[in-house]
Amino acid sequence: MKTFAEILQDAYRQVPDQVILHLLYNQKPAEHLTYRTLLQGAAGYTRLLQDSGVEAGDVVVLILQHGSDLIYAFFGAVLHGAIPAIMPFLTEKLSPEQYRKSLTALFEITRPAAVITYPEFQAEVQRANVHNQVRSVLVSSQVTPYGELEESWTDFHGLKRSVDDIVLLQHSSGTTGLQKGVALSHRAVFNQLQAYSAALHLNQDDVIVSWLPLYHDMGLIAGFLMPVLNRIPLALLSPFDWVRAPYRLFKAVSDYYGTLSWMPNFAYNFCAAKIRPRDLEGVDLSTWRAVINCSEPMYWNSHQVFLERFAPYGLKEQALATCYAMAENVFAVSQGGIDEPVTVDRIDSHAFVSRQLALPAAGDGPSVPMLSAGRPIANTRVKVIDDKGRELPERHIGEIAIQSDCMLTGYFNRPDLTEKAFLDGWYLTGDLGYLANGEVYITGRKKDLIIVGGKNVYPQDLERLAGETPGVHAGRVVAFGVFNPETGTEDIVVVAESEEDLTDQPEKAQAIANEIRRRVTQGSDVALRFVEVVGRNWLLKTSSGKIARAANREKYLEQIRAQETAQS
Amino acid sequence: MTQDIQATLSQFIASQILKQPSRQISPTEPLISSGLIDSFSLVDLSLFVDDTFGVRIDDTELNADTFDTLNELTELIRERQA
Repeated sequence: MKTFAEILQDAYRQVPDQVILHLLYNQKPAEHLTYRTLLQGAAGYTRLLQDSGVEAGDVVVLILQHGSDLIYAFFGAVLHGAIPAIMPFLTEKLSPEQYRKSLTALFEITRPAAVITYPEFQAEVQRANVHNQVRSVLVSSQVTPYGELEESWTDFHGLKRSVDDIVLLQHSSGTTGLQKGVALSHRAVFNQLQAYSAALHLNQDDVIVSWLPLYHDMGLIAGFLMPVLNRIPLALLSPFDWVRAPYRLFKAVSDYYGTLSWMPNFAYNFCAAKIRPRDLEGVDLSTWRAVINCSEPMYWNSHQVFLERFAPYGLKEQALATCYAMAENVFAVSQGGIDEPVTVDRIDSHAFVSRQLALPAAGDGPSVPMLSAGRPIANTRVKVIDDKGRELPERHIGEIAIQSDCMLTGYFNRPDLTEKAFLDGWYLTGDLGYLANGEVYITGRKKDLIIVGGKNVYPQDLERLAGETPGVHAGRVVAFGVFNPETGTEDIVVVAESEEDLTDQPEKAQAIANEIRRRVTQGSDVALRFVEVVGRNWLLKTSSGKIARAANREKYLEQIRAQETAQS
Repeated sequence: MTQDIQATLSQFIASQILKQPSRQISPTEPLISSGLIDSFSLVDLSLFVDDTFGVRIDDTELNADTFDTLNELTELIRERQA
């Protein structure tokens, strides 16, 4: 088996003129990178890291936006044998203070040797470096392009790495997510790519089109490394541009004859609802052989609205596909909809809710259409276990556990968290689901994690931010997600107890709610849909005195239903 | 006229984006930089402005530099309608 750097060296020598990456922008013309341009651009960053005393095996954090700098810096770190970790860039609505706090938290755990960012952001990063864990804050403008590489390969330490060394780190967002840098080896990534490429029948006619951020596993692996390391062309848009103009994805598929794309469930609803017909004029989607729904719960209805909206432009029904994935397995666990249409399993609602069983619905009784996430890819085994760790039979709902040859090396510098994540050699995913006829179905989550728009959000992070709001009773805040069928993802709800009784002062309660909204958005980059300020002792606690999220969610929904009944 | 545009926008933002129909939005309150309107809702706002006032806001303009308050958005609509 080869390492990342060796695979890139092969491509540079064998197919230097192949265009591998089309970087699309909304305000300037696209850039088309060949392997020669890509590797020479990357080598500029390798030299910067060498000159700065960064060593092989050191972590390099990249805080750069969509564009060639980010791509070059990533592979430049790889060629140097350093470990790149891509972080989201500060957005205009996130407060710089909160962003700095999360960077400080990241630096403390990860202890990167260097950060690479833009010159105008250097001072900001330096301010976050309060304990001087980061040795150098480097900027993209220091990089000079590299010429021919043949003379220089011996200087690149990346070519001396072993396949079991860590090649990259991948983080989820938020203070909690930043504690868990998923460390992946070259071997794990290539084992995943081999098994996953086979499941997709990836071939030289494929073109991948993606708007996904590279700091997320779906974007990093499916929408970046898989194509670039496999010599499959990639057209890459910025998530920032896509969310303002979702039609650009369809235009890119049409312009570059795209065959494969990945998106979280909400994007199906979002695209179907928010594109003007005039922006789709002349668009042809007939080359799209798989649009893969992944990274948040998948809904049959989201596929239907997407198909209805885009079938007139050539979208084929059999292109709708599904996937179950997680960073800890590099990416995919299972894949559906490639060899046969995605199975829709209609299960009995009553047995599902009351007996934790997924029984095929009989006749015309109440049922839930479950979308299959397909079969496990060849290198990954899946089982469903009960809360004592015992394996459950088919159609029993329990926690999904997985085993593979592409698991994470560990959570970086957190052996304690790594150990807790496994039980007898099986990784415990925290997802609930069942198996039927060898296919995987995901029904919910064991952990109190909120997934909004494909992004993992830890409720404790939001509760901490909301709890700092003046007027809120300290520690008496709960955050949870409620599925919204219209958007295809979860709405985030925050319920907070006020310090004083505000029954007669609705304006004051409203002012506190506004302030909670502002603080949470600026502190986490997550927008709240509903903020409810309630009186003392509204929230339910567990026997150990902790706020019970699930019970409070139920109480809140109960109250909403009662209000709706009263109104009608 | 300006008043009408502002009232229409304010009502749309409060009821459709914030889901708080009774919420008052002041004409100078920052909407985008404050995070009140998130990026997923910006495209809703631009579609609404297009459908209601016949004014197109390009996707490259959907940021706080183009408009951040009701006053600024209203002014932009009036300029383009003229």
